[in-house]
Amino acid sequence: MEAGKNNNLIVSVSPHLRSGESINRIMWTVTASLLPAYAMGFYYFGPKAVFVTLFCILGSMGSEYFVQKLAGKEISLKDGSAVLTGLLLGMNMPSSVPYYIPLVSSFVAVAITKQLFGGIGYNVFNPALMGRAFALITWPRAMTTWAEPTADFTGMDAKTTATPLGILKEQGVDKLLEVFGDKMHLYSELLLGHRAGSLGETSVIAILVGAAFLLVRGYITLRIPAAFLGSVAAGAWVFGGKQGIFTGDPLIHLLSGGLMLGAFYMATDYVTCPTTKKGQVFFGIGCGLLTILIRLKAGYPEGVMFAILIMNCFTPLIDRGFKTKVFGAKKKA
Amino acid sequence: MSFTTFQLGGIHPPERKELVAASAIEEMKSPQKVIIPLSQHIGAPCKASVEVGQEVKAGQVIGAPEGFVSAAVHSSIGGKVAAFESVLMPIGRMVPAIVVERPANRQDEAWHPAQDDKDYLKRSPDELKSRIKAAGIVGMGGATFPTHVKISPPKEKPIDAVIINGAECEPYLCADHRVMLESPEPVIEGLKILMTVLGVSKGYVGIEANKPDAVERMLEAAKGANIEVRTLQIKYPQGAEKMLIKSILDREVPAGGLPMDVGVVVQNVGTAYAIYEACRYGKPLIERVVSVTGGGVNNPKNLRVKVGTPISQLIESCGGLKSSAGKVISGGPMMGFAFFDLNTPVTKGTSGIVVLEDKDATGNDKYYNCIRCGRCVEACPMGLMPLMLSLYSEKGHYADAKDYKLFDCFECGSCTYVCPANRPIVQQIKLAKTQVKP
Repeated sequence: MEAGKNNNLIVSVSPHLRSGESINRIMWTVTASLLPAYAMGFYYFGPKAVFVTLFCILGSMGSEYFVQKLAGKEISLKDGSAVLTGLLLGMNMPSSVPYYIPLVSSFVAVAITKQLFGGIGYNVFNPALMGRAFALITWPRAMTTWAEPTADFTGMDAKTTATPLGILKEQGVDKLLEVFGDKMHLYSELLLGHRAGSLGETSVIAILVGAAFLLVRGYITLRIPAAFLGSVAAGAWVFGGKQGIFTGDPLIHLLSGGLMLGAFYMATDYVTCPTTKKGQVFFGIGCGLLTILIRLKAGYPEGVMFAILIMNCFTPLIDRGFKTKVFGAKKKA
Repeated sequence: MSFTTFQLGGIHPPERKELVAASAIEEMKSPQKVIIPLSQHIGAPCKASVEVGQEVKAGQVIGAPEGFVSAAVHSSIGGKVAAFESVLMPIGRMVPAIVVERPANRQDEAWHPAQDDKDYLKRSPDELKSRIKAAGIVGMGGATFPTHVKISPPKEKPIDAVIINGAECEPYLCADHRVMLESPEPVIEGLKILMTVLGVSKGYVGIEANKPDAVERMLEAAKGANIEVRTLQIKYPQGAEKMLIKSILDREVPAGGLPMDVGVVVQNVGTAYAIYEACRYGKPLIERVVSVTGGGVNNPKNLRVKVGTPISQLIESCGGLKSSAGKVISGGPMMGFAFFDLNTPVTKGTSGIVVLEDKDATGNDKYYNCIRCGRCVEACPMGLMPLMLSLYSEKGHYADAKDYKLFDCFECGSCTYVCPANRPIVQQIKLAKTQVKP
C-alpha cells in the first residue's frame, strides 16, 4: 500500500447523494394507502371480502415467485409490487366470486401480464386490470354477481343485487332514484360506499382519503385523475341525459362504478401511464372519454377497466408524441 | 418570501452547509512539496517550461499554454523542480505534472506582488485580458474553462450582462460563501473588471437564499455601482450557468448553445476574486479556497490552499479522517468525483473536499428496472426525459438516445438523485455521449 492511498474508501460515480426513495417504499406506501378503502369493503361485504383479496394477494405472490424461480431470476417479492397488484385485483372483484377466480386471475395478472413481459417496469398493461379483464371475460356471470352490501357481517350468503350503474344502464335514472330514495340519499350512499359493486371500489370517501395521502406525499399528481374525472363528468353531463344534451348527471357517474379507484390507483400506475405532464393529461382525458363512451353506448354498464387498458396501449405512443420541451429548444417557426 | 429561480425541474438535497458555513477561511501553511498538473483546465494541456533541478519562485510560470483554449500553470511555492511525473486526477485520468519541492531547511517564501496598479479599471480591455491570461485563471467552480477565452467572445455575439455565480448550490460546499463574506470588495472589483473588459454596463451577482449574510455583504460592496445582487431560491442546480441565467435574466440559452449566445458571461465568485488579484497585483492563480468538510473529517474547515498541495495534507490540517470515513469526493457530492489516492493534488478547480461517512456513502449499489415513475423527468432542469436516455443507453441503443436530446444533458445528476430504482442514470448518459457523435 502506498502512503496516502486508502483502500477502505469507496470510489463510485456521482451523484454521491441519493434521495432515499425506493421502489419498495413506493409500493408499500401505495398499498398502505389502500387500507381505508379495503376496510370499508370488509365493513360492507364481510369476511368474504377478506378471503377474496387474500387469495388474490397469495396468487400474485405465488405467481411472481413461480415465474422468477423458473426463469432463474432473483425473487423480488419484497418490493411489494406483487402484493399491491393482488390487493388491487381483489378490490376490483365482487365479494361473491368463487375462490378459484382470484387465483387464476392473479396468475394472469402477475405471471403473464407482468413477469412474462420482463417484470416490473416492462409490463405494457396494468396487471391488476388485466387480471380482472380476464376474469370478467372468462367468468362473466360470477364477475357480475354483486352482493348486497350489509354492515352486519352476513356477507357469506348475502342477497345479490345490481350495481347503481347496472340499474342506470338497464332501467334508467328514475329507477335508480326509486331504489335509493332521492338524489341526496343516492349521492351520500355512493360517497360512503353503501352500494353493490366490487368490494374495494364502492367507498368514494375512503378511496379519496388514501388518494389524498398519496397526493400529499407526492407519489401521484392530480394530472391523470383530474383529467380522467373531468372528462367523465363532462361526458356524462353532455351526453348522459335522456332529454338531449347537457342534461346528464355527472355526479352519479363520478361517484359510481370503479371510477375513483381507477382514476387514482389504476390510471396513475407509473409503469403503464405516460411520464410527461402533457402526456399524462392526454392519457387521463382519453381514459375519461372511453369510460363514458363504454358506459353510455357499449354493452357494459362500467367502462373504467377497458378504458384504462386501451389507453395503456397508447402510452408509448403518447410519450413519443408529447415529449418534454427541452430547455432552450428553438420554437417551431 | 419567494425568490427568483429557473422553472423546470431541480431538486433540493439536504444542504449540510452548517458544517463549515461559519468557519472563517484559514490560511494553510505552505507545503514542502507541491504536485502541479499541467492540465488544470478544459482544453490543451500545458507544456513544461522548466527542467528538473531548476530553481523556481512562487508564481513563476512552469507550464506554458499550448493553443488558445489553455491556461498557464505556475509554481505555487518557491523551490526546486524535483520531478516530472504522472498523477492520477479524481476524474480518473493520468495527467502529466511537475513536482516542486522546497528544501526542508528553507523558509516558506511568500508570493510578492508584481505590481500594485490601483487604476486597474482604467486599463484597456486588452491589457486586462492579457493580465488574466498571464495569471492562468480558469473557472474555479469546477468546470475550469480558461477565463480569457470566455471573455473573448466573437464580435457577432455582443455581451450585455456579466453574472457572478455565487449560488454554490452543491451541498456541503461553502468556499464561495466564505469568500463573499470575508472579501466582498475584491469579488465586486473582479466583476467590475469583467464589465470593463466586456464593455458591459450591468453586472449581476446571484446568491442562493441560504446565504443571507453574503447577500448583505455583497450588497454593501456593490453600492454605487451598476450591479444588482439577487437572492435566488435554494434549488439544485441553481449554479449551473444556464439555470442561473434563466433565474436572473429570464433568458434561455439555446439548446446546444453557450451563455454568450444570449449575451451573457458567467464567472464564479472565486474566479472574480482571482481576476481582481491578477489585474491589480499581477498575481497568478496559485492558491484557492477549498471547503474540507463532511461527516468523515474531524474538524471541517475552509482553507486557503496552494494549488498542488496533496489532499492528504488538507485532511491532516482538518484533524484527519474519522474511522467512519467512507468516501472522499473532490468537488460537491452531486457532481464531484470520488477518489482513493489522497496524494492527489488540489487544482484550480477543486472547490471542496467532501468526506462522507461510510453510512452515507452510496456505492455502486444494485439497481433495478425503471418503473417509469417520471421523477427524473420532473427533476431534470433541462426538460429532458432521463429515463429514456437511461433505457437506451442500457440497451446499447446509443443513437436512439440522441432523439431524446442526449447532448443537452449537462450531467447535474438530479435524475439519479431522485430515482427510486437507484439507476445510475447520469452515468448511463455519460456513457452514451462517449459512444455517439453529437
